[in-house]
Amino acid sequence: MERTIYREIKATPQILQLAALLGLFILAAAASILYVEHHGHIVTGMNNEIVWGLPHVFAIFLIVAASGALNVASIASVFGKTPYKPMARLSGLLALSLLAGGLAVLVLDLGRPDRLIVAMTTYNFKSIFAWNILLYNGFFVIVGAYLYVQMARSMPYSVIRVAGTVAFLWRLVLTTGTGSIFGWLVARSAYDAAVMAPLFIVMSFSFGLAVFILVLSLITRLTDRSLGPKLIARMGRLLGIFAGLVLYFTAVQHLTNLYAAEHGSVEAFILRDGGIYTQLFWVGQVIIGGLIPIALVFHPTGGAKPASTIVASALVIAGGFSQLYVILIGGQAFPLEIFPGFDVSSSFSDGVVNAYSPSYLELLLGLGGVALALAITGFGMMVLRILPTNLSDANVGQS
Amino acid sequence: MKLPALNFDKKPTEMNRRDFLKSGGAVATLTLAPGVTLMAFGGDAEAQADPGKRWGLLIDVNKCAKDCNACVSACSTENGWGQEGHGDKGAQWIRKVDLKDKATGRESSLPMMCQHCENPPCVDVCPTNASFKRPDGIVLVDKHKCIGCRYCMMACPYKARSFIHEDVTDQKAHAPRGKGTVESCTLCVHRVDTGGTPACVEACSATGHGAMMFGDLNDPDSEISKALDNYPSVALRDDLGLNPGVRYSNL
Repeated sequence: MERTIYREIKATPQILQLAALLGLFILAAAASILYVEHHGHIVTGMNNEIVWGLPHVFAIFLIVAASGALNVASIASVFGKTPYKPMARLSGLLALSLLAGGLAVLVLDLGRPDRLIVAMTTYNFKSIFAWNILLYNGFFVIVGAYLYVQMARSMPYSVIRVAGTVAFLWRLVLTTGTGSIFGWLVARSAYDAAVMAPLFIVMSFSFGLAVFILVLSLITRLTDRSLGPKLIARMGRLLGIFAGLVLYFTAVQHLTNLYAAEHGSVEAFILRDGGIYTQLFWVGQVIIGGLIPIALVFHPTGGAKPASTIVASALVIAGGFSQLYVILIGGQAFPLEIFPGFDVSSSFSDGVVNAYSPSYLELLLGLGGVALALAITGFGMMVLRILPTNLSDANVGQS
Repeated sequence: MKLPALNFDKKPTEMNRRDFLKSGGAVATLTLAPGVTLMAFGGDAEAQADPGKRWGLLIDVNKCAKDCNACVSACSTENGWGQEGHGDKGAQWIRKVDLKDKATGRESSLPMMCQHCENPPCVDVCPTNASFKRPDGIVLVDKHKCIGCRYCMMACPYKARSFIHEDVTDQKAHAPRGKGTVESCTLCVHRVDTGGTPACVEACSATGHGAMMFGDLNDPDSEISKALDNYPSVALRDDLGLNPGVRYSNL
């Protein structure tokens, strides 16, 4: 086992092609933003019923994954697992990049993104949204400092450990805040549940690690740096545990609701009668995003292959988008129950399942956020010593 | 910021440019076109509120005719919304809801608007304090603080709020609107502050139905307080403990 050496990645033709592709997505998102800003949200699929649409699915996925991407660094610095230590810098950088991408989508979908300064200077401390703004800004500062102490010369491990612990605690609070955006919505039967906060925390563990595994696999392949199959399989098994936890908390969420007669109709909508939402729940989230990846990484023989972990990671991400689509859009599609015991109708979609067809403008904005996050990560690896030259099993240890 | 001269369609109070500037930064302005400016609800709207009052509505569902839309038309005309006309993307400050009791089949109809809660969830969740409640209980949106995040629309149990999805024209000086912000019933605050009655109540009365009553819930001698004392009424989603200022009887 040799000393871990970190080196900037070189701008090879392959890397430049990838950067150009990401740039195209970012440009497309910029065009979409300008178009929506000019015409208003009339040109999107969102309406007065589905007020948060596909951009929010992307934004919340990225924000949740950001805090989860810090897992690897936390496991190294806080829990002292040696094999994860060489990857801690990438973990921190990816966390910052994903958060930046997610927040960009969130802010650029505002009705008045030009008033961001208002959001930054006027706080209603009773609003979990306002708290989230502080939590996001704090995350940038704390994880930035954590990254710095990891990279500074001759920094004592105790300092890194303290910074890592603060970052770990902060990310738990941050994701509690993200989950509580929904958990504290008393008006809507699909939300209003304390389990939303821990559910979002395990979602962040799972989605963030899946994104980390894919980014690490891709960049080591593009830069011809070795990545040990045992290290990948180890992260894959951890991903399997996280995916199982997501299924567990999802089961608790729905079983609790099913027990209460007042929530029977919203549960029937999501679990049985909701069309696209029911399909995305069972097929997208549970089977593709949960059961299959768990089976892949824990398979007695196939589980050790890097391909299993990589495929499992991709499936967990697909399941994560499905889950967030069901939570966000499905939760809004189900009509508000203002008059229990009555059939209702009005000119304002009372009593009907609200329709939503996302426009390509929303998709471009969301994909632009993903591209921005990846571009920042790539740029960070080009200018900073983030990525180790050798992550072979022999080199990272096994403790 | 350029502050063009005020040009009200109707002047609730006489105010020249100097008075306007003296009223402080709490009153923000929105330029519609050269020389046409709107006041956003802000400190000025709040300053005129009497903390001793709690404005409210009592709606007698028995008196509300199913085919009558007078309250909605009056609100639309008074406040200048409803011209966009894009189905689920158009604003509706007030709407008629038709109800059918699932158990008995009895049909009824009622107007729904912002319920002007004592504990409004929209105000709780608003990150920038754009959603606010005046001391007299009227819940408003300060259009110059609203960033268009729509969290209030997620939080409102009554579906009372609308997002402005496109440019709006022909605005009323007393009811500022703006693309990318959220709006809802103001209880015709511009009328109330000058001793008037909301347009919907006035229109309902004019039809002869008399299903809507407006008044001060804090004044035990007001017509609305006496009616609430004498007849049973309900608050919608009473389970949420929001104590809305709008009550319904004979539902």
